Amino acid sequence: MGEKRQFKVWRGDETGGDLQDYQVEVNEGEVVLDIIHRLQATEAPDLACRWNCKAGKCGSCSMEINGMPRLGCMTRMSTFSEDETITVTPLRTFPVIRDLVTDVSFNYEKARETPAFAPPADLAPGEYRMQQIDVERSQEFRKCIECFLCQNTCHVVRDHDENKKAFSGPRTFIRAAELDMHPLDAREDRKTYAQQHQGLGYCNITKCCSEVCPEHIKITDNAIIPMKERVVDRKYDPLVWLGSKIFRRHPDDDQLVQSGSSHAVSAGPAMTGVDLPDAHERTEEQEVERGVNWHRRVGPAQLPAVGANGRLGVSEAAFDRSGAASPFGDDVEFPMPPRDLNYAHPDQD
Amino acid sequence: MTTTATRPVGAQARASISARTLRTDRWWIAPLITVIGLSAWIAYATVRVYMHKWFFVEDYHYLTPFYSPCLTDRCGEAAEFGTFLPSWWIIPEAALTLPFLLLFRLTCYYYRKAYYRSFWLSPPACAVPDGHKTYSGETRFPLIFQNAHRYAFYAAGIISVINTWDAIKAFHSPEGFGFGLGNLILILNVVMLWAYTLSCHSCRHIAGGRLKHFSRHPVRYRFWTFVSKLNTRHMQLAWITLATLAITDFYIMAVSAGWFGDVRFIN
Repeated sequence: MGEKRQFKVWRGDETGGDLQDYQVEVNEGEVVLDIIHRLQATEAPDLACRWNCKAGKCGSCSMEINGMPRLGCMTRMSTFSEDETITVTPLRTFPVIRDLVTDVSFNYEKARETPAFAPPADLAPGEYRMQQIDVERSQEFRKCIECFLCQNTCHVVRDHDENKKAFSGPRTFIRAAELDMHPLDAREDRKTYAQQHQGLGYCNITKCCSEVCPEHIKITDNAIIPMKERVVDRKYDPLVWLGSKIFRRHPDDDQLVQSGSSHAVSAGPAMTGVDLPDAHERTEEQEVERGVNWHRRVGPAQLPAVGANGRLGVSEAAFDRSGAASPFGDDVEFPMPPRDLNYAHPDQD
Repeated sequence: MTTTATRPVGAQARASISARTLRTDRWWIAPLITVIGLSAWIAYATVRVYMHKWFFVEDYHYLTPFYSPCLTDRCGEAAEFGTFLPSWWIIPEAALTLPFLLLFRLTCYYYRKAYYRSFWLSPPACAVPDGHKTYSGETRFPLIFQNAHRYAFYAAGIISVINTWDAIKAFHSPEGFGFGLGNLILILNVVMLWAYTLSCHSCRHIAGGRLKHFSRHPVRYRFWTFVSKLNTRHMQLAWITLATLAITDFYIMAVSAGWFGDVRFIN
């Protein structure tokens, strides 16, 4: 039997709310998420909280504990003194849905805007070979669990909501760095993209993202600063500018690849035209053309069943059918017939 | 059908929390120490640079890094590269290098973090609101010039060579080879200056960080690995070099002014 400790938990929704006092039993070895669950089981059955793995690997239970952005499941109660009142609030940077649950779609929108991996034109799927020392930098960033604590703590958007349009945030910067350092990524314009479209210049490297990262990714030192230096290579280095003039490097080398442009990774079995900025303007046929050439006809992709806001509904109760809609589209049945699978090697056909 | 689910719709409000920060730890200590430390060092360095005396120990050829290279008529034997600068009091003896060293430290990725947090309160600590209504970061004038860091790094590399030369010359006393406590301090200072300069993020980028394929550049990869190891200590080295610079300068000032003599091991 544990002892009772004081908690303040923010309760409310977008119309308002406040911190409410609770006294909850705390046992040895417990974490803050355990306490939230005990609250739900006892005093506050309608307390809303996102959680999933309880092991610091899913990134769901992001919350602010005593004002610091943390994972509820990775914050031990033993780190607080017994007479301390522990305050639990939702992430401040994102709109609140209810209680500890916030709408983090800002992060997904920024992720969607970031150009995906561009396969090299001269290699078919299955022919990719990479050395460990070439990919290990990118692998650090793959540890990201997308808890969005970095996005939440970054003062660029936390204290200045108006910057959300121009600034993608640390999570997206490590994605940009991961791909720019990737030995097989064919895009040359990621530095320019990071500077012009992701708002890399807004970061003033105060390192709060690295401080709160539960995966201990060195976001600032290993991703943001290297990306800033790569931008300096392109944009602010007079020696590089002079070199490009003398050696007549193509002036568009560091420009964003425009829609319909034929350079970059256009030929071969790889993905063509990496023209993400105007993706919504393409027809279905063009979408198919952009896909990997699997040496057979691949039908156009069906759109997933999303609402007018472009998202799946949050609960099946809001749907007009039993069960949630398939994110793959209603025409796709599982298990898929083998000839519809898209991971077959072209040589096997 | 009853549903308790709330659907996200349109632009929504953040959670209405009136407290500006709910942090209960002493988050203000780090910025406070930074303000005190940096202010004290700047005050000391400014006073010393404009003293125009007690910068050189002729007997043992000790020259303080704050006056290196010494380029005015006041330098005497300390002048290694000529005395072409005017002797006006507002011009420091090392007027050709000090601005670049200042630029190197001002644009350093660690110092930027330190002074943005402590002096500019942007933000003072994580999850503590910053003290400004608007924010444009380093996207426009004047902060866009932070991108000049790598040029300051090149300059700092050259200046470190000059400091190394000073430390080597200091082994040459009038009676030939000489070795004292001042030499140890000068050497320690130079080693730390090199460590700080090489641990710079720009150096890490130039050494190999800009490569896409480490496997094709094994030598640069090893250099990058070495710089990366130093780079994790960049903050500590930034503070250690401030200390070694001040200690070296103070020791040479004290010996030069005759407050105490140099501890000699040889000659």
